[in-house]
Amino acid sequence: MTIAAEARPVPQLTQSWLVRLFDYKPFLIFICLLPALGLLLVFLSYPLGLGIWLAFTDTRIGRSGVFIGFENFESLWHDPVFITSVWNTLLYTGVATVAKFGLGLWLALLLNNHLPFKSLLRALILVPWIVPTVLSAIAFWWIYDPQFSIISYVLVDVLGWRDTYVDFLGSPWPARWSLIAANVWRGIPFVAISLLAGLQTISPTLYEAAMLDGANAWQRFRHVTLPMLMPILAIVLTFSVLFTFTDFQLVYAITRGGPINSTHLMATLAFQRGIPGGQLGEGAAIAVAMIPFLVMATLFSYFALARRKWQQGEDND
Amino acid sequence: MSISRRDVLIGGAGLAAGATLAAPSIAQTANIEKGATLRVLRPTKFVDPDQTIFNENTEAFTKATGVQVRVDYASWEDLRPQTAVTANTGAGPDVVVGWADDPHIFADKLIDLTAVAEDLGKKYGGWYPVAEKYGKKDKTSTWISIPMGGSGGPAVYRESWVKEAGFDKFPTDHAGFLDLCRKLKANGHPAGFALGNAVGDGNSFCNWLVWSHGGYMVDENNKVAINSKETIEALKYAKALYETFIPGTLSWLDISNNKALTAGEVGLTQNGVSLYFSIKNSKDEKTAAIGKDLNHAPMPIGAGVGRPTETALVINAMVFKHTKFPNAAKEYLRFMMEKEQYDKWLTGCFGYWTQPLKGYAQSKVWESDPKILVYRDTWERALWSGYKGAITEAAGTVNAEYVMVQMVASVCAGQATPEQAAAEAERRAKRYYRT
Repeated sequence: MTIAAEARPVPQLTQSWLVRLFDYKPFLIFICLLPALGLLLVFLSYPLGLGIWLAFTDTRIGRSGVFIGFENFESLWHDPVFITSVWNTLLYTGVATVAKFGLGLWLALLLNNHLPFKSLLRALILVPWIVPTVLSAIAFWWIYDPQFSIISYVLVDVLGWRDTYVDFLGSPWPARWSLIAANVWRGIPFVAISLLAGLQTISPTLYEAAMLDGANAWQRFRHVTLPMLMPILAIVLTFSVLFTFTDFQLVYAITRGGPINSTHLMATLAFQRGIPGGQLGEGAAIAVAMIPFLVMATLFSYFALARRKWQQGEDND
Repeated sequence: MSISRRDVLIGGAGLAAGATLAAPSIAQTANIEKGATLRVLRPTKFVDPDQTIFNENTEAFTKATGVQVRVDYASWEDLRPQTAVTANTGAGPDVVVGWADDPHIFADKLIDLTAVAEDLGKKYGGWYPVAEKYGKKDKTSTWISIPMGGSGGPAVYRESWVKEAGFDKFPTDHAGFLDLCRKLKANGHPAGFALGNAVGDGNSFCNWLVWSHGGYMVDENNKVAINSKETIEALKYAKALYETFIPGTLSWLDISNNKALTAGEVGLTQNGVSLYFSIKNSKDEKTAAIGKDLNHAPMPIGAGVGRPTETALVINAMVFKHTKFPNAAKEYLRFMMEKEQYDKWLTGCFGYWTQPLKGYAQSKVWESDPKILVYRDTWERALWSGYKGAITEAAGTVNAEYVMVQMVASVCAGQATPEQAAAEAERRAKRYYRT
């Protein structure tokens, strides 16, 4: 405590201990961080910790549980519904992320050109992202409806290309693809706008230099754009994977995990078991089982994609 | 002021004897605590007048007793979690009008409502047996809740199309029903029953299917018994029936059949009475015309239970031990179930929440429109989820996991044979009916 006082060049000022305390930098930092820290602890760490604890108990909605070790996880391991939900989540995240990045990057490159009404277009692109998920989910639910689908209506009643309405959600694979399509539609704007921001930070001189060296459009993309974009790509990818992996609303609103559990994601299954099903412990265990996947995805995005060699365009790693 | 349970029993009996006492005497007879206030939590309205009349009745209670009551309405999906939080924290509302199973899950946190229930039973022609099942703690005669209403799900059909298919009366047996569905399909007005993860309509159809064939999820001792000859018969029948449905029912959620019937896409489905009124009172003339052609009938009986069976969505009121004013809370429930209030509510909701007390079968609402008469006997037909066992948490989970629905759906989709599907349902149910 005395350090602050000694450091003061004016010794005749005898300050109260309180003033000295607040002049002490580590203490001040601590005090200033406290509100944020408190919020994090109360609203983030505590629920997370509680969730992890619940996963190791047999808590149900009607009674508090006791510690049962890994029993929930063991029982889930033998539960085909849970295993399906893990595969679904991986498929959903994998395919949707690749599609979102492919299309998002393409869109960003297009928007990066000089187009008429550029700002208006960029604003419009954001619409799917701005619309609340539940609303877009309901819109897609109508689009995929077995009786009232606009797509079926156009194909059957307007164009006459089909005789029967499309059964988007009635069987496992079409249902999965339909949900992935809805997720991609929703996610593209985020990727496109973020990457657009990244693209605009790339100095035009690099392209000029490349053109002087005789690089064609593909080479300019491959050796200038991509490496320069890699850091932001890694961040956006991480976020996108996290959002997709933990998606709940689209699936819950459109299929509730059906038909016959073929579209359950880990998030929807965790909710279904935990809240309507009342098995809080098991629901928490499913949610906790998502954590390793999320950590791996984050680490992969950070370390693999941020590698220097990648950024510098060497192919040997 | 301390009141023993005995005092309350006496007080309650006194009130039942003289139903329409002057305002201050209700408070006295029932030993309502001085300065009592109540908080009530219930599900939000599904039909418009529900909330209005419930609030009016609550105000009447305040007027009669001086007890201030605040009623909160929770969305249907939030009601259960909120009930659970109330139960587990011992704080919040004194009275929760919760979902059917919840009083049984929180049984040891609830006060005994036997006196109120017995008085009401005596006064209003007795409780339907299923209401007793819902109200009494398993295998005891202690009432832990007051069932307030149930929304049934009989068949809803287009009269003219059923006639066109050659049926003057709605069939009451499985063979006739299948025949009707086949003919409806041939005439281009197919039936449609939800087979997606539709917690209301999906369970409603699949429970009927299995029960009416004599199958059940668990036996009287809560032993899983779904993998039975009867279930397999039911599943074979389901497969044949499914062939006659409008395409896409495997992805139907709760609202899908309402949309399809309203649009005239299907000629037969299952639903609560609300659909009839929403069609009949539609501002769109074409839709309103459908209302004239709609009618209701119990689903076919089958060999299973020997009477029609049905799944009802039940609201079941409970009083938590943490309440400071147990007498006021009990009195509130009694008051809401008394004729002056209950009949108004029942009638105002067009019979959406049907009566668990037999006496209210005489209510004027059931004479108001012959087409809704079928709903009057909802509690005669209703069985509970987890039939024939107890109403337990496991039964609730199995229901929420759509074990019954998915068993039927997997056979209809051709993903599993009836035998495989029944075995899978058994496996899944056993996960929760362990111990």
